[in-house]
Amino acid sequence: MSLWSRLANVVRGDRLSREIDEELQSHVEEAIERGRHPDEARRSLGAALRLREESRDVRLITWLDSLRADGVFGWRQLMKNKVASAAAILSLALGIGACTGAFRLIDALLLRPLPIDHPEQLYALARSGVDPEGKYGTFDGWAYPDFALMRAAAKDQADLVAVSYSERADLTYQSDDEMEKAYIQYVSGWMFGAFGLQPAAGRLLTEDDDRTPRAHPYAVLSYDYWKSRFGGDPKVVGRTFRTGNDLYEIVGVGPERFTGTEPGTMIDIFLPTMMHPGVTRPDWTWMRTLARVNPGIAMEPLRAKLDATSRAFERDRANGFHGMSQKEIDEYLNHPLVFLPAAGGESDMQSGYRMALVALGVLVALVLLIACANVANLMTAQASARAREMALRVSIGAGRGRLVQLVLVESAWLALLAGALGGLFAWWSAPLVVGMINPPDNPARLLLPADWRVLGFGLALTAAVTLLFGLAPALRASAVQPASALKGGEDPHARRRLMHGLIAVQTAFCFLVLFVAGLFVATFKRLSDRPTGFSTDRLLTLETVTHRPQSPVYWNQVAEHLRTLPGVESVAVAGGALLGGLGWNNLVSVSGAPPNGIVVYLLQVSPGWIDAMKIPLVDGRDFRAADTYPGAALVNQAFAKAYFNGEDPVGKPFEVVFSGGTRLHFEAVGLVGDVAYNEIRGPMLPQAYFPLQSVDAKGTLEARADATFVVRTSTANPLALASTLRREVPRAWPEFRVSNVRTQLEIDQSHTVRERLLARLAFFFGIVALVLAGVGLYGVLDYSVLRRRREVAIRMALGAQAGHVARRVTSNVFVMVIAGALGGLALGFGSVRYIESLFYEVRPTDPQMLALPSLIILAAAIVAALPPVIRAVRIDPATMLRTE
Amino acid sequence: MPKTDSLQGSLDLLVLKILSRRPRLHGYAIMTAIQDMSGEVLRAEEGSLYPALHRMEESGWVRAQWVVKETGRRARLYELTAAGRKQLAAEESRWQAVTGAVNRVLRMA
Repeated sequence: MSLWSRLANVVRGDRLSREIDEELQSHVEEAIERGRHPDEARRSLGAALRLREESRDVRLITWLDSLRADGVFGWRQLMKNKVASAAAILSLALGIGACTGAFRLIDALLLRPLPIDHPEQLYALARSGVDPEGKYGTFDGWAYPDFALMRAAAKDQADLVAVSYSERADLTYQSDDEMEKAYIQYVSGWMFGAFGLQPAAGRLLTEDDDRTPRAHPYAVLSYDYWKSRFGGDPKVVGRTFRTGNDLYEIVGVGPERFTGTEPGTMIDIFLPTMMHPGVTRPDWTWMRTLARVNPGIAMEPLRAKLDATSRAFERDRANGFHGMSQKEIDEYLNHPLVFLPAAGGESDMQSGYRMALVALGVLVALVLLIACANVANLMTAQASARAREMALRVSIGAGRGRLVQLVLVESAWLALLAGALGGLFAWWSAPLVVGMINPPDNPARLLLPADWRVLGFGLALTAAVTLLFGLAPALRASAVQPASALKGGEDPHARRRLMHGLIAVQTAFCFLVLFVAGLFVATFKRLSDRPTGFSTDRLLTLETVTHRPQSPVYWNQVAEHLRTLPGVESVAVAGGALLGGLGWNNLVSVSGAPPNGIVVYLLQVSPGWIDAMKIPLVDGRDFRAADTYPGAALVNQAFAKAYFNGEDPVGKPFEVVFSGGTRLHFEAVGLVGDVAYNEIRGPMLPQAYFPLQSVDAKGTLEARADATFVVRTSTANPLALASTLRREVPRAWPEFRVSNVRTQLEIDQSHTVRERLLARLAFFFGIVALVLAGVGLYGVLDYSVLRRRREVAIRMALGAQAGHVARRVTSNVFVMVIAGALGGLALGFGSVRYIESLFYEVRPTDPQMLALPSLIILAAAIVAALPPVIRAVRIDPATMLRTE
Repeated sequence: MPKTDSLQGSLDLLVLKILSRRPRLHGYAIMTAIQDMSGEVLRAEEGSLYPALHRMEESGWVRAQWVVKETGRRARLYELTAAGRKQLAAEESRWQAVTGAVNRVLRMA
């Protein structure tokens, strides 16, 4: 009660003072009434001010009251310089907001533990090794039979869980006309139990739902999907859907915050691993292995046991390899198993964006530091104008602590306002950045909760920022020497040294940001400009599926139908789109010799495909309608180099060696230009194309259930034809459905999404850093000209030339700018090697990479210096000296 | 005998005691009451009375209320609370103990 009233009195401090005064006044009047002399009555009461203060101190919390007073005073101080305050708040807000936004992303993707029981006990199993370029790496894909052995081996020490890489699948709830996409993940039935998850509706999968291949067509929906697709309808349990050839029954809905184990992808539907087509295949690594290690288990013996189990499995398998030397087999086996901590899940987006996000985080932190330096300089400049005020406060008895508090409270005002604005900025920007990750038809989805973690980070950052820019000016203000300051003789150099030092720091950070931004932009530019070997102009790809596998004859008929449509220039069929996630490769044997170890990349295509893609035919001929697989092949120039020493292979035979040891015979009928296969970076891969029409050993045509139509349109915007084509495909043959339409350009661009994101954001923050540093430089120069106008006036009166004055005013600052740029350069060289893997064909040491930021900073410095220099030169000695 | 201003820490006790006899007094009345009842011997220093009253108010021993007197002026009237009664009893017995002890010393010496 008492604390409350004292707290309340802080808020109504003025009223409290009035009441105390009134009571004292009434005392005096009472005394006068009783016949005492007014002066005597007042005198014996004592100094009213002291009494009031004494009573006030009793009746409220003093430190809070002084804080309140400082708060009010600080606010007035801010309002006095509205423009400067607004500029400071905006620049800080941008910095704080960008940092908080970056933290939100990093937290959501990398740091936040999965919403499961004891996430800290979760690990992902991976094989480690050194790639041909000598870089250490890990691979986390496993084959299910290997997993089953390891699970049995680790039974008492850890619970092993299989989770497939998420995939985007076509599914239908009713008729095939309403095909939709959803992210599915095949998971071990016991995963839900091991993670301690509870259903939001129905039941979750159990171990009993995951025992026999193809025997458990049950599905669990994720909570988020349940809400967005079905509006949280509890009757969804028991409904069925079809994906591929299987009909699944929905048995339940997962818990609210669980979105799978892959941050960056929100899983819609969980299926039992036993329903995955690869569950019995020893050579198909389609899943990750997560291990829930029991408490108190030593990791190393467990790791060694799992390593031995997995190695034995691979050795058995390698015995079936043909065409590999013992050395190659040993190398293949020598990939030790490692545990990767997976409290935050395990996903490709994590590995792909970890470094990029951290680099971005560092860039925005530098921007924030630049903003802090600006505000610190602003406060220092203002503090010099207030030196007399401070001196006065000290002389009438203010303690140093109170002065520090006074200035810090003012800083806290700035930081709090900036923090609030920055919070808004982070709230708005983080989802925007997530939206820029991945192409539009396959967006990255990330839960971005704005909870106590983010709020706490924002508040801690605000407090840190307050101290960062506020502490130095506050300490300086409190160290004021009243005697000299009141006389006006305070040492101006100390203050200038601090400001100049901050200019150097700002320039260094700005240089670093520009330097890194330049590297990112150049990387993006070089990757986008890299030729792919085919033309993306007006090119559409139609991923198409059929209900039951269809003969190639029908696929060709559909292609024929599409060719008759207006606006269509050419149509071909291929096993998939180039750069669209292809990954079929094998070894090649020429004239019976063992394979040379170079892998060939394969794709089945129809006649006319090279024309539709505008891939040049160098020699030989395109496929004809009669060509079949196996038999005829088109090969590219890299293929000729890899297996025929660069000689023309047209007309020559070769064999493709499959992993089971089967060999198929082909004859190269044509030589074509090199194209990018599954990767925009790296050299062009050796490739061979086979006819889409496969025949089996008996010579009958094999049916296929999916392929991609490649359509070159004659309309400028190929997507204008998308809905027509979607409609016309089933019209040509009712079994056919288009499951996805993408332009080839979009597919190409999906390979540079990360680079585009980095380039855009780094460019943006580069500009922000430059503007902030420029404003800071301007502010300091302007201040120093203001302080030195007497000196300048005297010099000019004594005959100094304008050039001389300009040099004199700016030389110090320019020395600082150059020192800062050099420091930034050193920082840049020291740090970019940590993010080298984010660059493509750019070296930090390229002269233009260094020259560009240097020139930009120099130009910005000159622009920022111009107005103050002009002002200095225009000083009229006569007027100036007279007024002083 | 000279008047003494020093109440030696007993101001609280006196104020509480007076308020227990005569509820709802303003500051000036409390001061004159101390003077009158002590036969003009004790005098509360006018300056220290108000901080003491405000401190006791914050401690919850007394509560205060503004009233408008017939002259139209506002005055702040104090009265004892239950906690104040308890405090008064404690202070009184402490005072008795101290003065008793002092008296014993004076008798013995």
